[in-house]
Amino acid sequence: MNPLARRSVLDLSPGGKLVAYLILGFWSLVVLFPLYWLAITSLKLPIQVNAGPKYIPFVDFEPSLHAWRYIFVDLRNDTLRPYTNSVVVTLASSTLALVLGSAAAYALARFRYRPKVGTIGLFVAFLGLGAVAVVLGVPFPLALVAALACFFLLTRAVSRRFKRVMTNRDIALWIISQRILPPVAVVIPIYVLFQNLGLLDTRTALVITYTAANLPIVVWLMRDYFNTIPLELEEAAAVDGASAFRIVRLVTLPLAIPGLVATFLLVVVFAWNEYLLALFLSSADSQTMPLTVAAQNATRGPQWWYMSVLIMIMIVPVIVLAVALERRISRGLLVGAVKA
Amino acid sequence: METARGDLLAGTRSRIAAWFADRSETLVRSAFLWPALLVILFVSVFPLFVSLFLSLSELELVRGGFQIDFIGLDNFRELLTGSRQSEFLGVGGPPTFLGWLVIGAGGAALVWALVRALRGGVSVAGLVFRFLGAAFGGVLLWLIGHTLFAQGGRPGTIVVTLVFVFVAVALQFALGLGLAYLVTQNLPGQRFFRVVFLLPMTITPVGVAYMFRMLADTDKGPLQPIFVHVGLADFTWTNSAWGARIAVIVGDTWQWSPFMFIVLLAALEAQQTDPVEAAIVDGANRWQIFRYVTMPAILPVALTVILIRLIEAFKIIDLPNILTSGGPGTATESLTLQSYIEWRSLDLGTSAAIAYSLLILVTVIVLAYVNLLRTKAAEE
Repeated sequence: MNPLARRSVLDLSPGGKLVAYLILGFWSLVVLFPLYWLAITSLKLPIQVNAGPKYIPFVDFEPSLHAWRYIFVDLRNDTLRPYTNSVVVTLASSTLALVLGSAAAYALARFRYRPKVGTIGLFVAFLGLGAVAVVLGVPFPLALVAALACFFLLTRAVSRRFKRVMTNRDIALWIISQRILPPVAVVIPIYVLFQNLGLLDTRTALVITYTAANLPIVVWLMRDYFNTIPLELEEAAAVDGASAFRIVRLVTLPLAIPGLVATFLLVVVFAWNEYLLALFLSSADSQTMPLTVAAQNATRGPQWWYMSVLIMIMIVPVIVLAVALERRISRGLLVGAVKA
Repeated sequence: METARGDLLAGTRSRIAAWFADRSETLVRSAFLWPALLVILFVSVFPLFVSLFLSLSELELVRGGFQIDFIGLDNFRELLTGSRQSEFLGVGGPPTFLGWLVIGAGGAALVWALVRALRGGVSVAGLVFRFLGAAFGGVLLWLIGHTLFAQGGRPGTIVVTLVFVFVAVALQFALGLGLAYLVTQNLPGQRFFRVVFLLPMTITPVGVAYMFRMLADTDKGPLQPIFVHVGLADFTWTNSAWGARIAVIVGDTWQWSPFMFIVLLAALEAQQTDPVEAAIVDGANRWQIFRYVTMPAILPVALTVILIRLIEAFKIIDLPNILTSGGPGTATESLTLQSYIEWRSLDLGTSAAIAYSLLILVTVIVLAYVNLLRTKAAEE
């Protein structure tokens, strides 16, 4: 069958298809060549890497499994442990971020919030004061209770004074603004925070941090995907007497699956690859894979062959996930759902 | 007595019930939003306060540990006018013709945006903010013109970061949208491309940086024959400022185009086909369908993904750090990298001050972006 043939009015013309294939093929080459280079570098001896470019195994050079043997046999548990950590931390934090973030995104897309600026300012100010008090040595529960008590005492007075309210847009902007500060600036405070909670070098600390770091992305992307879902469908369900949670579960979520899958893949990738925060929050027990990769830049210079092996085994699970989920990012559910 | 107490209890109970009935709708709605907000607050507010405090202080190593001295705005003064000025702001010079062109075009755009805001009728506060934003933009333009496009000028980390961000994000958006559009055209084999195009993003940024160091090696890298062919055999990235910058931008684009790709792909796939079919029936051509049917449908998602990438791109660090070490000189040193370098040498105050400068810069740009686009979207 001719792959260029046109089968539907929505298809490109045969010439257009040819151009499309050329572009797609070119970009595939751009994407795959560096990965091919990684693969063959992992099969090279150090001396072969340093001898200049060699492209084809068995032709240009004699491949060796020395790097693979080193990572899987010599290091065994030192590879397996970070690998397990990475998988657990990534899945836990991404799922949490997706659930909490989608709920917030749905709320921002469908409900109207009018929180008072004064109340929020007060809340944040006391939270900050409480945090500073903790750093200065006040016990954690005491600081929390004191801060909350002060907040509730003053909240009425303040909200009577400052009548300004925030809109959904302001809330969303605040959420995304939490990603602006670079990790370098936040690692030390976060380190101190988890030190006070006794959670250093645990997966829990990483899960909490990554969830918080990924939430803004989930909220923003899902808010837009929810906005593209026609309101009529939810209204119809509401007329039929379904509760808010039922509507979300049975009407909205199934329609949002392409967005949910794309967002999930993104946050998985972010959590899977995060480096600087992991460097600080984990030392031995909860070390993750990116640290293992970076550790291959030893005093003798970068160990390209080991690094290549590690990068390759890091890509595999994400590819598996992408292949498994890619099918879900496809059209169909909304076709003809709303007849205008 | 008994009954009175019973009445009181019942009364309280009914009052509580009424209170809940009044607020149940609000409570349900809050239940959607609060968990996410609390998690973000828990992790981010404390660091925000602490790094603000650090940016106003100086870390001193003393016998048996360290102490933190409050020094006010000295760290910022050092960056803007002191010994770190040449690294942070750059070295100035008279702008070249191109420099004047950039300043002129950018200035005209700012004035145009202001005039439009004036015509559109905004509140006094809104007007003040717009003037401040335009002034901020003007200062940045002046800085770019007098350092990047100037005789004897050298851009500082602010300008270098801006170049990275705007060039790389524009490239990534164009590539991501183009590729996403092509793989939604019912081509046989599109599933293969969809998975392959995601691959670069799956590699940890540190790994990508090392990989590009391998690829960019003009002596042992796979592209060596090409480098020899075009006469760059003895070329090293440490010699050419623009060469090094391009290498960083290429690496960043390679890695992050998939981000744009997958988000826009999901948006394109979630699009309803009815309007497209209706447009075809009405005789619209492919470009018209894309421009007037597809683009408006995916515009919100597109604006959001650009915003997120913009924020992420401002934090670029691994590529310049590993690929070029910020060099030659400081030609590829981004703000985050500068902050990281200061941090590594235990100058936590300066490091936090740079991070806060980045925070201010990005916040202004994000607010301008959101406000400009909201007015634009409201017009459509």
